[in-house]
Formats: sequence, C-alpha cells, structure tokens
Amino acid sequence: MNYWPLLGVASVVAGFALRLNPMLVVVAAGFVSGFAAGMSLPDQLALLGKSFVSTRAPLLIVLTLPVIGLLEHAGLREHAQRWIAGLYYMSLSLLLICYMALRQVLGALGLTSIGGHAQTVRPLIAPMAEASARKTAPGLDATQRERTRALAAATDNVGLFFGEDIFVAFGAVLLIQSFYAANGITLEPLSIAIWAIPTAIAAFLIHALRIVVFQYGLKRSAETRP
Amino acid sequence: MIALAYVWWLAAFVFAAAAYFDLRARRWSNALFWALMAVVFAAGDTILAADKAGDRLPTQLAGVAVVVLALLAGTGRMRRNPPCTADSGLREASAQRLGHRLFGPALMIPLVTTMLVVLAPYLASDSWRLFPAGNATVQALAMGCVLAALYALHVTRSRPSQAMRESSRLLDQLSWAVVLPMLLAALGGVFESTGVGNAVASLIGQIIATDSRLACTIAYGLGMVVFTMIMGNAFAAFPVMASGIGLPLLIRQHGADPAVVGAIGMLTGYCGTLLTPMAANFNIVPAVLLELKDSYGVIRMQTVTALLLAAVNITLLYILAFR
Repeated sequence: MNYWPLLGVASVVAGFALRLNPMLVVVAAGFVSGFAAGMSLPDQLALLGKSFVSTRAPLLIVLTLPVIGLLEHAGLREHAQRWIAGLYYMSLSLLLICYMALRQVLGALGLTSIGGHAQTVRPLIAPMAEASARKTAPGLDATQRERTRALAAATDNVGLFFGEDIFVAFGAVLLIQSFYAANGITLEPLSIAIWAIPTAIAAFLIHALRIVVFQYGLKRSAETRP
Repeated sequence: MIALAYVWWLAAFVFAAAAYFDLRARRWSNALFWALMAVVFAAGDTILAADKAGDRLPTQLAGVAVVVLALLAGTGRMRRNPPCTADSGLREASAQRLGHRLFGPALMIPLVTTMLVVLAPYLASDSWRLFPAGNATVQALAMGCVLAALYALHVTRSRPSQAMRESSRLLDQLSWAVVLPMLLAALGGVFESTGVGNAVASLIGQIIATDSRLACTIAYGLGMVVFTMIMGNAFAAFPVMASGIGLPLLIRQHGADPAVVGAIGMLTGYCGTLLTPMAANFNIVPAVLLELKDSYGVIRMQTVTALLLAAVNITLLYILAFR
C-alpha cells in the first residue's frame, strides 16, 4: 500500500486551515497526490482536465443568474422584504421552519430542484428572513444581519440533505444499493430509504430548536439594548 | 429533442457574455477567466470524445486551463464586483410598481423544472422525446431558466442585453467561488485515481479495536463525518468507509442490518458535509451569494446542528442496526 498520496489530503487540510485561496489549494493538492502516486506531469494534466470537464453539472446555477439578476435589478429583494414585514404573524422562526419542512417534504418526493441557494435563498428566503428578524430586533446590527442570512442558507442545506435521502430514486440510495449488490447483498431501494426517516425527523427537531433559540437570542439582545 | 450538449452551450454563452462585458470594462483577468470557462463548457463534449478516442492533447490542454484558472484566482488578479447599492432608489420604485409580479419568474424556475422532471416520461412519442432517456433534471432546469428569463424580460420590460449584463454582474460578484465546486469534484476524481481512498481505508482498519460493536459503530460514524469533510462529499466517503468498516466489521462480524448501516451511515456523512469548506457549493458559494463577510459564516451556523445530529445518528445506528 502506497500511503504517500495521503499528502494530498494533508495539503488540503493545511491549505484551508491557513485560509489560502481554495482554488490554488485544490489544484496544488491534486498535483501533490499525483506526484506522490508516481504519475508524470502530462498524465496529471490529462487527469485533472478530464475530471474537471466531466463534472460540469454543479455549475448550472449560472443559468439562473440572468433571471435572478433581472429581478433583483427590478427590486425583487426589496419587495420580498416589504411583503414579509407587512405580514403581522410572520416571524423568523415560523418562516425558516416552514421553509425547512417544505424542503424536506419535497426532497422526500424527489423534488430537490425546487429550492437552492441561487434560486430561492438569495432572492427570496434571505431577504425575508432579514425582514422578519427586524420584527424581533428592530435595531438589527451588522453581525446579527450576517448571522440571520447565514442561518437562512444553513436551513436550506439541512432541509435538502435530510429530506432527499428518503426518496427511493435518489442517487445516495442507489449508490448504497449498488455498493451492496457488488458485495453480494441484495436490498430493495425502499428498504434502505425507510431508514432515513428517523434521521430526517431528528434533523428537523434539532435545527428547528436552534432556529427558535436564535430568535430568542435576537429578542434578548433587543430588550437589553437601551 | 433537447440534448445535454445544448445546455452546456447555453452555460457557455452566459460565461462568454461575462467575458465580453469584462473585456469592454478592461478587466482583463476576469475576461480571461470567464472566456476559459466558456471554452471548457462549449468544447467539453469534444474534449471527452477525443480522450475516449485516445487523443490526450485536448484533455491535457483542459488541465492547463484549470491551472490557469487557479492561478488567476489565487494570485488575486480577479477583481470582485462590489454589490451595487447605487441605484437603490430606482429598485425601490420598481419594487413598488411591480409588486407581487416580481415573484412570478423567480418561482417559475423551480416550478417549471419540477413539472418537466415529473412529466418527462410522458413528453415523448414513438420516435420523438423532448429529453433524451435517462435523467432529465439538467435539461429541465435549463428549460425552466430559459422560460423564466423570457417571462422576467416581459415583466420588467427589459431588453435581452440587460439580462446578460445582470448575469455578468452577478458572475463578477461571485467570481471564482462559482467554479470551486467543479474543481473540488475534479479533485475527488484525482484522489480516487491516485489511491487516496484505499490508503485511508487500510489505515482505519489498522487502528480500531474490531471486537467491540460499539467501537466499530463509533469508528464507522466518525469516519464517515471526517472522511466526508476531507472529500467534501458523502458519496465519495461512503464506499471507502463501508468497505473498510461497515461491511467487514459491522455487517459480517457483528451481524448489523445492512440497510441501516447504509442509510444512516450516509446521513452521518451528510453531517460532515455541513462542516466542511470542501463542500463549496453548499457552504462557500452561498456565503458569497449572500454577501457574507465571513466565508465560513454558513458553516458556523451549521456546526451545532451537525454535531448534535451526528451524535444522534451514531446512537440510532447502534440501536437500529443491532435491533
């Protein structure tokens, strides 16, 4: 067993810890583990190029940018904020918990493309979260505003990750099934997907509680501030 | 039929537009960066076909392009657009005028995409299909975006060039962060080909006490979290941890339920995804999209949830797998 390629992993960890530019860290780590595995430079360039070109799918969010850009230019975020501010019953925790529940349920039905950081969080959920946080803490300072927006993104991630695994045709379920099939264990996708439900419920409860605690923190800081 | 290639060309067009506007604004590094991306997207299928046919020059050139992209980003030559606040008065007025109509195109992207994904099997006759067989999500998303863009142009009464100008502005604001997920996925491919996964699995196998059920369960769960954090992706970590600990120790030696080991193990890996900058499209890109000052801001908000959930998952794994 050649352990030297692990140097690539070590350089990723070191690079992120030192907060070097991630693009440089990633390419450098690729070369480190390539040289450690004894590959020649032309081979490594070909491998890097091939891997890069084969993984274009995550970049398709750029297709949403013309729409989002146009709407933002026309005041979408301003409108979303004013609308939420006008709904008297809407609070930060209600907004984010409902969004998370929606994302989990739709994810479990296989409808994961219905949300996302570029499609829904930036134009809609983040400004709405900010407007509803202002109701709890009218003098929202820069740090609280930043943390509220980060929480909106975190809620999208939690909702997505712990909903999609319940869907039987989702990649993760099929990956697990094919891994076992290759090792001589036959399983139905449904029998795997069903075991994602306890975790999905736990994820919902834990994150919902954290959202409520966050809102309580905003309330406390608003009350103690003169 | 809408082939996958059209979608890549459309993305290449968005990148090319950004390159054009940056060229006109004399931001040379940005223009080169987006131009390279446009070429990679437009020529991608040709590059892969040439590689399959045994001609390695195109893939090597793509590798050189990746190195140039990283150098442009890493040397700080790319200028990031500041979020524009200048015409906020205009935006307020337009928001007042258009009201709820602004939500239409924004909601159209997810709704049209979802509808097309669901209806894809029916959008076909004997000899004709709207989407090629197999996964239609990518094409459906592209269609959703095009239709929503047309509707947005209608609602905002803008010219098409305005849409491209806005997307170029956003790209310059996101800058290299938008490319990071693709580069990290590529690193995953490189790690796999250089045997990093096997090395990790054999290391872990040497360390843990194999005759304790609890030790194996904890090692498997924590291994999924840590290895997912390193690879940025639970999909890459699962085969390594499952063949290193899950299958030989938990299932074969201790008789755990394979379905539980698979499902909850994968979800424990997802807790690692919430904790790592390597999962850039979930953790770093949103921080840039939401204009956070701290690029690890999203990870910070996820840390407590991820750690609590990982603990719950390992407990569930222990209880449910050996029930």
